[in-house]
Amino acid sequence: MVQTRAARGHHAGVEASLDVAGVTVAYPNGTLALENASFHLGPGTIAGLVGVNGAGKSTLFKAIMGFVAPSAGEVRIAGLPAREAQRRGIVAYVPQSEEVDWSFPVLVEDVVTMGRYGHMGFLRIASRDDRKKVDTALERVGMSAFRKRQIGELSGGQRKRVFLARALAQEGLVMLLDEPFTGVDVATEQAIVALMRDLRTEGHLMLVSTHNLGSVPDYCDEVVLVRRTVLAAGPTATTFTQANLEKAFGGVLRHFRIEGAALHDDDDRRSVTVLTDDERPVVFYGAEKTSDQPLPRASEENP
Amino acid sequence: MPDLLAPFAYGYMVKAMWVSALVGATCAFLSCFLMLKGWSLMGDALGHAVVPGVALAYLIGLPFSAGAFVAGGLAALAMQFVRSQTRLREDAVIGLVFTAFFAAGMLLVSINPTSINVQSIVLGNILAISDWDALQVVVVSAVTLGVLLVVWKDLMAVFFDEAHARSIGLDPTRLKILFFTLLSAATVAALQTVGACLVIAMVVTPGATAYLLTDRFPVLLTIAVAVGALTCFVGAYLSYFVDGATGGVIVTLQTLVFLTAFYLAPRHGLLAQRRRREAAIVEAAR
Ligand SMILES: Nc1ncnc2c1ncn2[C@@H]1O[C@H](COP(=O)(O)OP(=O)(O)O)[C@@H](O)[C@H]1O
Ligand SMILES: [Mg+2]
Repeated sequence: MVQTRAARGHHAGVEASLDVAGVTVAYPNGTLALENASFHLGPGTIAGLVGVNGAGKSTLFKAIMGFVAPSAGEVRIAGLPAREAQRRGIVAYVPQSEEVDWSFPVLVEDVVTMGRYGHMGFLRIASRDDRKKVDTALERVGMSAFRKRQIGELSGGQRKRVFLARALAQEGLVMLLDEPFTGVDVATEQAIVALMRDLRTEGHLMLVSTHNLGSVPDYCDEVVLVRRTVLAAGPTATTFTQANLEKAFGGVLRHFRIEGAALHDDDDRRSVTVLTDDERPVVFYGAEKTSDQPLPRASEENP
Repeated sequence: MPDLLAPFAYGYMVKAMWVSALVGATCAFLSCFLMLKGWSLMGDALGHAVVPGVALAYLIGLPFSAGAFVAGGLAALAMQFVRSQTRLREDAVIGLVFTAFFAAGMLLVSINPTSINVQSIVLGNILAISDWDALQVVVVSAVTLGVLLVVWKDLMAVFFDEAHARSIGLDPTRLKILFFTLLSAATVAALQTVGACLVIAMVVTPGATAYLLTDRFPVLLTIAVAVGALTCFVGAYLSYFVDGATGGVIVTLQTLVFLTAFYLAPRHGLLAQRRRREAAIVEAAR
């Protein structure tokens, strides 16, 4: 036991996986947020959770964590019931918005240290190893300089990074990140993605909800498309298709199609299609021309 | 000029000072949590809610602390239950549950006028406390303080971010019930010291004072406990000279300490804030 713990951190012999089977969630006000949602994810995976606002992404995260009770279906994390997985420190969860008291007398480093509590003894005394992991986590999200700040004295993006650092310090084999990129600048987003790639090679499983459709193929191995249920789930190449996206976003998605004279000088019939949810991408075409403006929207479908 | 060492010559005074200090420390520890959660009035509510338990305990000849403890625990559980089943806000639930308990207590006392010395419950009576009651207070406070020293970090995690606490395997519901149980226990102890009306000061003022002085939870606890223990010790001592009214002296002292921090705290005090604001304006004018 001792050697295995040292060899593979806290989770010796456990392999990351997430099984959601037939999960249905109805809120007390009668909203049916999820119906019969199912998918499976394995170790060493970054999975994008994609869907419109109100599709049920946050609800799905909460159902996985057991914060809302599904009226049907089952969730297994690393083959264990959610509560058991939490007790063993297997899951880390970063909610979409933190509902904490920002005037609470804790410093940034204190918050990140709380991520290590599950690894400490019952008196929660940090070992040298715990402190090192807190340092590393702060370093990785670029918040080391702010470690002595009271938690409320930070900007929105900085707060977000602190809670991400807490999840990192926790070293959950399964990480659930609900819109970690919203309100975060591009540099931070890239840093977070780089971090997730590192964790992937260490065998972690990450489920990340995002509105940034454009970057999904860049870093997601798998995609889970939701719209009140799981419409499709699987490898990005075969699942993140225009047809599936239109099913998931039908109507709400901004849809640009650039073709003909706007794109080519000859009679090439290929076109560029741009799909986007919240963020509006700027599309430039033609590297040499200095006066290039962002391409105008050729059409904006909102049927 | 009165003899300043005189109180130490009396066994009952020495007892009162030490017991008060212990109770003050315990209540102050809890005050840090209560104040942060916006549950400050809970101390007041609990102080009243334990009255039926005390009345009943006297009626059937049990130690008063047992009765108070059971009543306090029941009230806290009832509150958690109502809270989890409705969307009522915490303060409304506190008001509902604890007034119900207090009403039951008043009813019991009025039906059974001789069964309880209401005066000593409402005003406290530390100078005249019997050895048996003092022992109960000491045991209750010491156990409470001991448990708190073990679980305070878990409680902090739950009070700061309940969802995260759950996700690292803590059980917020169990910890909160434990907290309310400890609070009931401390309330019972404080009843004997300062009385039901002033319990609230004991479980609010030290934490509020410390909050003005620090941004770190462990420091907050240390300052609060020091303030609580010192004011209670000194308050009991001073009450020898003003003859009685220990609760009044203690709470007055705590208020004075609070006011000092309110004006002079290096970061969150009134003067420091004014000074910084003026410095920023001067800086901008340059
Ligand atoms: N606490 C709640 N009570 C009632 N309905 C809710 C609650 N939270 C979310 N919903 C509803 O459930 C649906 C899914 O919401 P959510 O999971 O937050 O979507 P997303 O995260 O994909 O934007 C929405 O219709 C939303 O209005
Ligand atoms: Mg959401």
